[in-house]
Amino acid sequence: MSRKAGYAMKELMLGNKAFARGLYEAGVSVASSYPGTPSTEVTEEVAKFDEVYTEWAPNEKVAMEVAFGASLAGKRSFCGMKHVGMNVAADPLFTVAYTGVNAGMVICVADDAGMHSSQNEQDSRHYAVSAKIPMLEPSDSSEALNFAKQAYEISEKFDTPVIMKMCTRVAHSQSLVETSERVLPEVKTYEKDIAKYVMMPGNAIKRHPIVEKRMDDLRAFAETTDLNRIDEGSDNAMGFITSSTSYQYVKEVFGDKYPVLKLGLVHPIPANKIKAFSEKVDKLVVVEELDPVFEEQIKAMGIEVSGKDILPILGEFSQSLLTEKFGLEKKDTCSALEGLPIRPPVMCAGCPHRGMFYTLKKNKCTVLGDIGCYTLGAVAPLSTIEMTLCMGASVSSIHGFNKALGSESEGKTVAVIGDSTFMHSGMTGLANIAYNQSNSTVVILDNSITGMTGHQQNPTTGFNIKGDPAGKIDLEALCKAMGFNRVRVVDPYDLAEADKVVKEELAANEPSVIISRRPCALLKYVKHKPSLHVDRDNCKSCRACMQIGCPAISFKEGKAWVDNTLCVGCGVCQQLCHFDALLTPENEPKTVLLPPDKAVIL
Amino acid sequence: MVTNVMVVGVGGQGSLLASKLLGHVVMTKGYDVKVSEVHGMSQRGGSVVTYVRFGEKVYSPVIDKGEADYIISFETLEAARYLEFLKPGGRVIVNAQEIDPMPVITGAATYPEGLLDKMKETGAQVDAMDALDIACEAGSPKATNIVLMGRFSKYFDGITEEEWMKSLEACVPAKFLELNKKAFQLGRDN
Repeated sequence: MSRKAGYAMKELMLGNKAFARGLYEAGVSVASSYPGTPSTEVTEEVAKFDEVYTEWAPNEKVAMEVAFGASLAGKRSFCGMKHVGMNVAADPLFTVAYTGVNAGMVICVADDAGMHSSQNEQDSRHYAVSAKIPMLEPSDSSEALNFAKQAYEISEKFDTPVIMKMCTRVAHSQSLVETSERVLPEVKTYEKDIAKYVMMPGNAIKRHPIVEKRMDDLRAFAETTDLNRIDEGSDNAMGFITSSTSYQYVKEVFGDKYPVLKLGLVHPIPANKIKAFSEKVDKLVVVEELDPVFEEQIKAMGIEVSGKDILPILGEFSQSLLTEKFGLEKKDTCSALEGLPIRPPVMCAGCPHRGMFYTLKKNKCTVLGDIGCYTLGAVAPLSTIEMTLCMGASVSSIHGFNKALGSESEGKTVAVIGDSTFMHSGMTGLANIAYNQSNSTVVILDNSITGMTGHQQNPTTGFNIKGDPAGKIDLEALCKAMGFNRVRVVDPYDLAEADKVVKEELAANEPSVIISRRPCALLKYVKHKPSLHVDRDNCKSCRACMQIGCPAISFKEGKAWVDNTLCVGCGVCQQLCHFDALLTPENEPKTVLLPPDKAVIL
Repeated sequence: MVTNVMVVGVGGQGSLLASKLLGHVVMTKGYDVKVSEVHGMSQRGGSVVTYVRFGEKVYSPVIDKGEADYIISFETLEAARYLEFLKPGGRVIVNAQEIDPMPVITGAATYPEGLLDKMKETGAQVDAMDALDIACEAGSPKATNIVLMGRFSKYFDGITEEEWMKSLEACVPAKFLELNKKAFQLGRDN
């Protein structure tokens, strides 16, 4: 194997971690975010630097306003979110464009083309265009680090927040970076400036022309900045305009054959540079994932350009997609094996959500769902959730559902929402139920962590992003303070109790909240019971234990079988077995179910 | 010249650590390298895949159909699932363990039989081993990923055992290091 000089000094780093390193090196003081795949690790990594105050905010709107406050105070600030999080933060976003900043402010938005872990694949570049905010887009870890630093310079030079757009393949790919020292920016102080920072009509109307002038200045900057560069080619029959991971696919397929205008500043785009580039190539093609954002702007410049006539508007690109769409020869492959069963994601063995979904299914409930691991309650065999839209929508929509159908739906419809999602945007929906009084039953699936994104703390857990003790919001007290008389806590491992509570709350003639409380089975502090095993003589092959879709239980040679590498001894399946076939190892007590008020931490 | 290695398995089996280890060791050898991971929902017991690419210069972070020189699979069905990504005649290092996916658990599908033979029939070089048993011998079933990496390491003459061990030290928390070193060694010698 050969050794290439120069690389040995570099580090292999995840895109998101490199972004965080860039924030640190840029002298950021305050970071506030809400987790969301694929953005989460930027904030988790920056929290590892003691010099940066970092927090999880309850939602993205709060995070962006925290970052704005810190910028206003004179410190470089950051907030991070996934693409759909920017919808939540859109309110401050559009107006922080008007106020501008004091110290630099950078907003990370991470898109998820291909929907690896998202409910849609919106293109966040539209936000940069419509909010009139400059946007940078790195294509690998090294650029993520360096662009983060440049973003602060642009922010302060042009008095504007700057958006840095990541995507799954940049955020979650590791590539080589070179790090440097943290450099503290010039000290800024807070100064009262009502005309700049109080956005009431009389002031805002004077700020709008400043925003338009700033965009003109940024358009001029776009022509000269090294964020946009041309990779020369040997053949001008074709030329590409591209950015981000699409740039990598273009280079992978075409190498240095055709010239490439690589955009690092993706809003505003450089009109003169694009025009000059278009004049030197015979055919101009834009390669951009999702929407034709560059293509439409280039067409509006009066330049002939291809893009979505060749490439799809859906999903992620790849080198083979470009190979196919540009009519190049396909690679030989090993033959595919046909008819293989799919392996969809599932709720983990011991997942506390499972017992509650089983109970809701048994009671034939219509279940309006929300965003989190528990969205998997829609998957067979539980197939319980019937609606999932966005963060918090379960709580707001059950109110509308019940207002529309009244007694037809009230006694059999529930909303399910996780603890973190509830703090994010379930509370306002619950306030509406309390205020406008629908007879709705809301189940808060409190697993004491933000699960799906990989165990982030939230305002109900009692710990902050660094794992230190923090303020802890009492869900029962909160719901009671909103006016709910019926707030019940239940351990979802206890199927009989869960069934009783669900029946009682559905029957009640007033709004109610059920807190289904049991920490996520993957949390390190959760002590597991030993794996169960099957008594093959007792097992009558009735498959009652199979109704809950536990990945640890399957059928082998006609009888139930427990995978002891997965089973955590939660005991939910034991409660379904009528024949004592699922056994706890000898000398071990059966799973002890905790009284509801103690069912917090094992 | 870029070498493409796919690490595939079931969410929770430790494919991220395995790909991190490979990425690290090839970086120390002076290669350009990209490692692409998938986080989020598919990690919950679903089919997961990571891509490791290294060479003089690597552009794309992903590996496409017909491009993989190696597939390291922590589970048999998952090896079969990604076979189309293998170059003709490429090598599959596969844990012979079978984990039922949910459609098999619910009875909607059956776990295919004879997958190892079917894979061989396509011309793939299939190297199957009971990595789970070996991991248990090393001290924990969780070290299955590193057992397979040990086996995979045999195919790279240019990287010494010592270099792999140094990268293990860099990638694994100290308290699990001895276990993982043992697992790697057993996988390599087996």
